[in-house]
Amino acid sequence: MTPPSDERRVLTPETESAPPRHHPLDSVLRSEVLPHIWCPGCGIGVALGAFLQGLDRAGIPLEKRVLVGGIGCSSRVVYYARADAYHTTHGRAIPFATGIKLANPSLHVTVFAGDGDLFAIGGNHFIHAARRNMDLLVVCINNFNYGMTGGQAGPTTPHDAKTTTTPSGNFEFPFNLPQLAAAVGAVYVARWTTLDVRRLRDCFTEAAGKQGFRFVEVLAPCPVSFGKNNDIGSGLDEMDYYRGLEQVWGTPGGLPSRIEVREGSDLSGTDISLHRPIIVGKFVDRARPTFLDNYKAVLTAKGKAP
Amino acid sequence: MTPEKGPVLTGAHFMLGDQACAEGAIYAGCRFFAGYPITPATEVAERMAERLPSIGGQYIQMEDEIGSIAAVLGASVAGVRAMTATSGPGFSLMQENLGLGFMMEVPCVVVNVQRGGPSTGLPTSVGQQDMMQARFGSHGDYQAIAYTPSSPQEAFELTIQAFSTAERLRTPVLVMMDEVVGHMRERVVIPEPGKRTIASRRLPSVPPSEYRPYRVDDDLVPEMALAGGGYSVRMTSLTHDELGRAVTDTATQSVLVPRLLRKVIEHREVYEQYELRHVKDAEVLVVAYGITGRSATGAVETARARGAKVGLFRPRTVWPFPSEAFLRAARTVRRVVVAEINMGQVVLEIERLVAGRCPVVRVTSPGGEVLSPERILEACGQERAVKGKR
Repeated sequence: MTPPSDERRVLTPETESAPPRHHPLDSVLRSEVLPHIWCPGCGIGVALGAFLQGLDRAGIPLEKRVLVGGIGCSSRVVYYARADAYHTTHGRAIPFATGIKLANPSLHVTVFAGDGDLFAIGGNHFIHAARRNMDLLVVCINNFNYGMTGGQAGPTTPHDAKTTTTPSGNFEFPFNLPQLAAAVGAVYVARWTTLDVRRLRDCFTEAAGKQGFRFVEVLAPCPVSFGKNNDIGSGLDEMDYYRGLEQVWGTPGGLPSRIEVREGSDLSGTDISLHRPIIVGKFVDRARPTFLDNYKAVLTAKGKAP
Repeated sequence: MTPEKGPVLTGAHFMLGDQACAEGAIYAGCRFFAGYPITPATEVAERMAERLPSIGGQYIQMEDEIGSIAAVLGASVAGVRAMTATSGPGFSLMQENLGLGFMMEVPCVVVNVQRGGPSTGLPTSVGQQDMMQARFGSHGDYQAIAYTPSSPQEAFELTIQAFSTAERLRTPVLVMMDEVVGHMRERVVIPEPGKRTIASRRLPSVPPSEYRPYRVDDDLVPEMALAGGGYSVRMTSLTHDELGRAVTDTATQSVLVPRLLRKVIEHREVYEQYELRHVKDAEVLVVAYGITGRSATGAVETARARGAKVGLFRPRTVWPFPSEAFLRAARTVRRVVVAEINMGQVVLEIERLVAGRCPVVRVTSPGGEVLSPERILEACGQERAVKGKR
């Protein structure tokens, strides 16, 4: 899978004469298209690294990996991972991924997108894919704003937070994504920040090993847009800020005092404010027949299976 | 119906145009359908929901038409022939992702059983008002291919053609039906499997290390690697180079977009279809498509029976318009009559081609019912004779 030499030359002329550099993830990255587009301090690359390590540990073979992105900084992840990668339209990664999964159920299909893509323009597809228990891993990089277009308010922008379109502070309330995902039927729901690199990696390993609609929310810094507008500072400052608020679900201070949630548990405490603890952890882990399980079961019962 | 005997439902049947369209898709190898209920296209989805599961296919009812077209594109990149069917409002919702299909070069078929618009308009009545939307509805420059069947049998045949063209040219293809053809029940004869030539997309002829996703030869149609095929496919909605990398500069755009247009325009032999009737000595040429083609046929035959030199040009492919064939048919005429159930859409293309050399008479309708042969005869200068006959 070595890229053609001219491909490397086109993209990174300055590295052509430099000694070869190796990164532990080179075999699962498209190193020929680096450097990436993300800003200094951005958390998306950290999430991608954890994701790739998680998939390796879960034993998902390279040729079975499919990545589908929408539009936005987070969706650009699909360019950099070695997989069958589709960079589609804004908000439509989930239905595109649905088509791939149903056409070839042997593939492990992941949707990688941002909070605006998945929950504003694409919100309808999210809730319906979860309701159907479509066998997809959906990763939401939540950086609380539209980063690529320069920092506008989105469906996860905390109340009171400043953005370029909420210059006086956000007067809307954000989605509580774990609660939403759990309510509409996701079988696995977790949230970590990009500071929790190992826990995030292990979360991806666990999620990749399960079937059904799995949702992982990754809180990531966006210093150039969100951080700047809210006087938080650099990407590291932003993560320090979140770490100061962060409380792990099931630990003292985190709510409630158990690590896994039984179906129907109250997830209302996982909403995000910049002035209250941010609860991270694994919130839901349950089994439910997938769309294809039910499809086959119904057809077999009616004698209509091919 | 006995699908157990095999996927293709052979023999003579009495069925709706919508159902014939679904059977044409199955004949062409379509095994994935994603849709959303909408009058008057629902019967396509219902037929697929009934037929696909038992022949190893997949039906899914999506949350809306945007999801439907997105799922169709996804299924196709994973190697399964895929289709969706809708009507005007849903067709509007599909426009953005149709553009994605053109840009990524994803073969698929989109059926629009047209009703009267704009907006919710006349849900249960006929229209041909989406013809310009079919041509130009998505943003950016692209070249749509659109078939217009006039009967259930043609709905069957042209849906097969649509799949073949989509696979051959790696592009979405439209089947622009109308409510009357979709809801008309007629005899449809379905041949044995293998009696129609149906193209397949070209798969990579080189190993992954040598594969360049958008490299083309003179044919202008790139080879297509599928999801799960070990090629590390990379496809993007952004302007991209031969390697599928997003390169958003003028030079890359100047290579990509003209090729996407030329790939369609330079392969007219793949998709161009039309019917000529009495054109050799015609002084008046009627142009009509879809259900209006049936009215026009009646009008032309009536005129001929009276000795009037009236001919018919009925495009079965409206986009790209068969312009050379039309100009040949119109060479000696003194009047062109264009009949369509809208306020003047395809006529704009005819006027452009005629370029003032003779009058172009419009027979229009805001939608709701089929244009009568009498109105077309009237436009041909046969009004008196019609009235006299009555």
